[in-house]
Amino acid sequence: MSTQATRDIKGGRLDPSDYAENFSDIHPPLSRHEALVEADRCYFCYDAPCMTACPTSIDVPLFIRQISADNPKGSAKTIFEQNILGGMCARVCPTETLCEQACVREAAEGKPVKIGQLQRYATDHLMREFKEHPFQRTASTGKRIAVVGAGPAGLSCAHRLAMHGHDVTVFEAREKAGGLSEYGIAAYKSVDDFAQKELQFILDIGGITIENNKKLGAEITVSGLAADYDAVFLGIGLGNVNALGLEGEEADGCVDAVDYIARLRQATDLSTMPIGRHVVVIGGGMTAIDVATQAKLLGAEEVTIAYRRGKDGMNASDYEQELAQTHGVTIRHWLQPKALVLADNGSIAGIELEYTSQANGTLAGTGETTTLVADQVFKAIGQQFDGHPLAGSGIDLDRGRIRTNDERKTSLANVWAGGDCVRSGEDLTVVSVEDGKVAAESIHATLTA
Amino acid sequence: MADISTNFLGIKSPNPFWLASAPPTDKAYNVERAFEAGWGGVVWKTLGEAGPPVVNVNGPRYGAIYGPDRRLLGLNNIELITDRDLEINLKEITEVKKRWPDRAMIVSLMVPCEEESWKSILLRVNETGADGIELNFGCPHGMSERGMGAAVGQVPEYIEMVSRWCKQYTDLPVIVKLTPNITDVRYPARAARKGGADAVSLINTINSIVAVDLDNLAPVPTIDGKGSHGGYCGPAVKPIALNMVAEIARDVETHGLPISGIGGINTWRDAAEFIALGCGTVQVCTAAMTYGFKIVQEMTEGLSDWMDEKGYQSLEDFLGKAVPNVSDWQYLNLNYVTKARIDQDSCIKCGRCHIACEDTSHQAITNMVDGARMFEVIDEECVGCNLCVSVCPVEDCITMETISGVDPRTGKTIDPDYANWTTHPNNPMAVKVAAE
Repeated sequence: MSTQATRDIKGGRLDPSDYAENFSDIHPPLSRHEALVEADRCYFCYDAPCMTACPTSIDVPLFIRQISADNPKGSAKTIFEQNILGGMCARVCPTETLCEQACVREAAEGKPVKIGQLQRYATDHLMREFKEHPFQRTASTGKRIAVVGAGPAGLSCAHRLAMHGHDVTVFEAREKAGGLSEYGIAAYKSVDDFAQKELQFILDIGGITIENNKKLGAEITVSGLAADYDAVFLGIGLGNVNALGLEGEEADGCVDAVDYIARLRQATDLSTMPIGRHVVVIGGGMTAIDVATQAKLLGAEEVTIAYRRGKDGMNASDYEQELAQTHGVTIRHWLQPKALVLADNGSIAGIELEYTSQANGTLAGTGETTTLVADQVFKAIGQQFDGHPLAGSGIDLDRGRIRTNDERKTSLANVWAGGDCVRSGEDLTVVSVEDGKVAAESIHATLTA
Repeated sequence: MADISTNFLGIKSPNPFWLASAPPTDKAYNVERAFEAGWGGVVWKTLGEAGPPVVNVNGPRYGAIYGPDRRLLGLNNIELITDRDLEINLKEITEVKKRWPDRAMIVSLMVPCEEESWKSILLRVNETGADGIELNFGCPHGMSERGMGAAVGQVPEYIEMVSRWCKQYTDLPVIVKLTPNITDVRYPARAARKGGADAVSLINTINSIVAVDLDNLAPVPTIDGKGSHGGYCGPAVKPIALNMVAEIARDVETHGLPISGIGGINTWRDAAEFIALGCGTVQVCTAAMTYGFKIVQEMTEGLSDWMDEKGYQSLEDFLGKAVPNVSDWQYLNLNYVTKARIDQDSCIKCGRCHIACEDTSHQAITNMVDGARMFEVIDEECVGCNLCVSVCPVEDCITMETISGVDPRTGKTIDPDYANWTTHPNNPMAVKVAAE
């Protein structure tokens, strides 16, 4: 299929001042008064459902009571004891499907305590007010551990190991540490360079060295690390997004959403981010929501998310879907990509979508199609684990990701793994933090046995 | 619609809600605003002797304790009696009463414990057209250091003596305001009656240090690094006031003595409770000082609506009706057995009933049933104590059910007949029922 060139992709669609406004903190931090009013709503439940719902088991009733009792520093320590990335999790956790969904006030009144916002209040307070790290390292054990990947899993693991007195080297493929905290996540959820501030906070415990631009399978290998270190933790995340499998996917205007978000996060001037007048996003997860919403905020005129199943099938929560919708994004369900429409010059001009329906659990196209005009088509249909760097290492995979036991131990001796590269739960920052923590405790137990 | 007007000692007011002697009744401006808002009467803030008035501190006078969301639960003050000139107060009382003839105007008084002092001020008050006087024998701070207020109220003989003087020098009804800062409130009440007082009002504020400022390490409110005990009032003191009112209402020597109830009255419901315990009127201060005078609308309408619902035509229909039900513990029915019941539909699964019972009481509430989070009462352990009801955040989610037949806790059949401790076999002092 081909059509006349209408390509309209450019930066600077907005007044310069609008970028700062559009990409400011989506949930401004609670003031002290707001935090105290909100904290008073917590019932201090027994065996609290919110705590059970938290992948890192943060003692939510306790930290909220500490806010109520005017001890935000103690509150933050309660959070950080379970989750050293409690600051980032307060910003990016889908609390509406975790702690806040479980909150008894959700059952009582449909209005859960704003646990995420309170967590941010406490953690921000500690990170802002106190120079000293809240945790101290124990005496050095002399053990050396290699952590691969400076994302949430790797940093959580490194911090916990450092706390136990081990010396940790973190190898990071990219220029900056932080993983998805730095390169993923919608910009308006983590403003003011928070990922780097949090990184510094984590490193302040001491005993952690970060080596950037060291990629597994290139500068470093599993066998090399296993030989040089007492233990290895792999927190290497996932590769790029899945391909649509359509002709023309390499065309100008067909964009990898994860890559685009990373560039956006690193952009010093958002007006340089090229964005189409008409944008279509393919996918139904958080990446789809984040790229669609930000496309709109960058000035795209029309943004449509096309998802092949219904609303309930989307990985993005109702809250996130509504967030996109209130920003002007149209979400269309039961549509799957059929063909990319290319202009005469070879660039993307639109996308043909086929209607779908589900019968007996099987999704199938109905044969009917519709075509949307698009200057840009963003691919956000999930990511794959890239197993190549592990080839021949003796690390077994399970359904395409690293297989681990409950302690996040891989099939290879002295190698642990966690985060999105394993299947321990949903691909969430908070799950990765838990993986890193659990692995660190297991490594510590193994090395000090 | 129910008639909520009152006739207390011959003093008529359109409703039983009076503002207590306190800052809200210190001057004409406030009192007229109160009357415009609908208050039935006021007890004008306590007048002292002629001459230079007392002075107040110029720093903070109040301290507070809070519930969730900074709701004021208790207020403490170190303010004294009126610091305005006696002549101005008397003039304003006269004028306001003239303008608002249908409202009760009571004048609170506190002068040195000498006959001449009482005589001279009473002669002045008699000229104002006020409806009655209230003797402030309760103020627990400042004035008590000068031998007035609570210093008088704590000595029944003084109460009796001053009451007698007052009855001698005025024809106005005399109400004696009692201090709760005493071991047994019946003694001052008896003394008031003996001295000829027409009624008592209670409670005045309670001796209190409301908080310690942890930066200054000094009591709150802090005046230049020091703090003095103050008088405590507000919703937190209501239970203490109700008990003292009930003690007087059911005492043989003071039974039938008219009472004006004071202490933590915050809604119509609180007022109804005081009235049920024998109070002909109620006095309010902290609630007005927290929310303004408008609250009286809720109070009058709420009381009236509740009375309609219950079929009470006038306040007399339920006045004192709860008094006969106030009993000594020893007469409570030990064969009355209740068990907690948790309504699973309204339960929000906070688990507070479980942990309260598990940690601090009788281990009578589950937290898991068949592997699921669920809170159920274990009748074999439940003593019916009501703690779970008290801590449950959802009203009526947990209720107490009276049971009969076999009590699963004791395994014994519950005697359907009333029986109390006085005849209980475990009581060494039990009254032995004579053998037939």
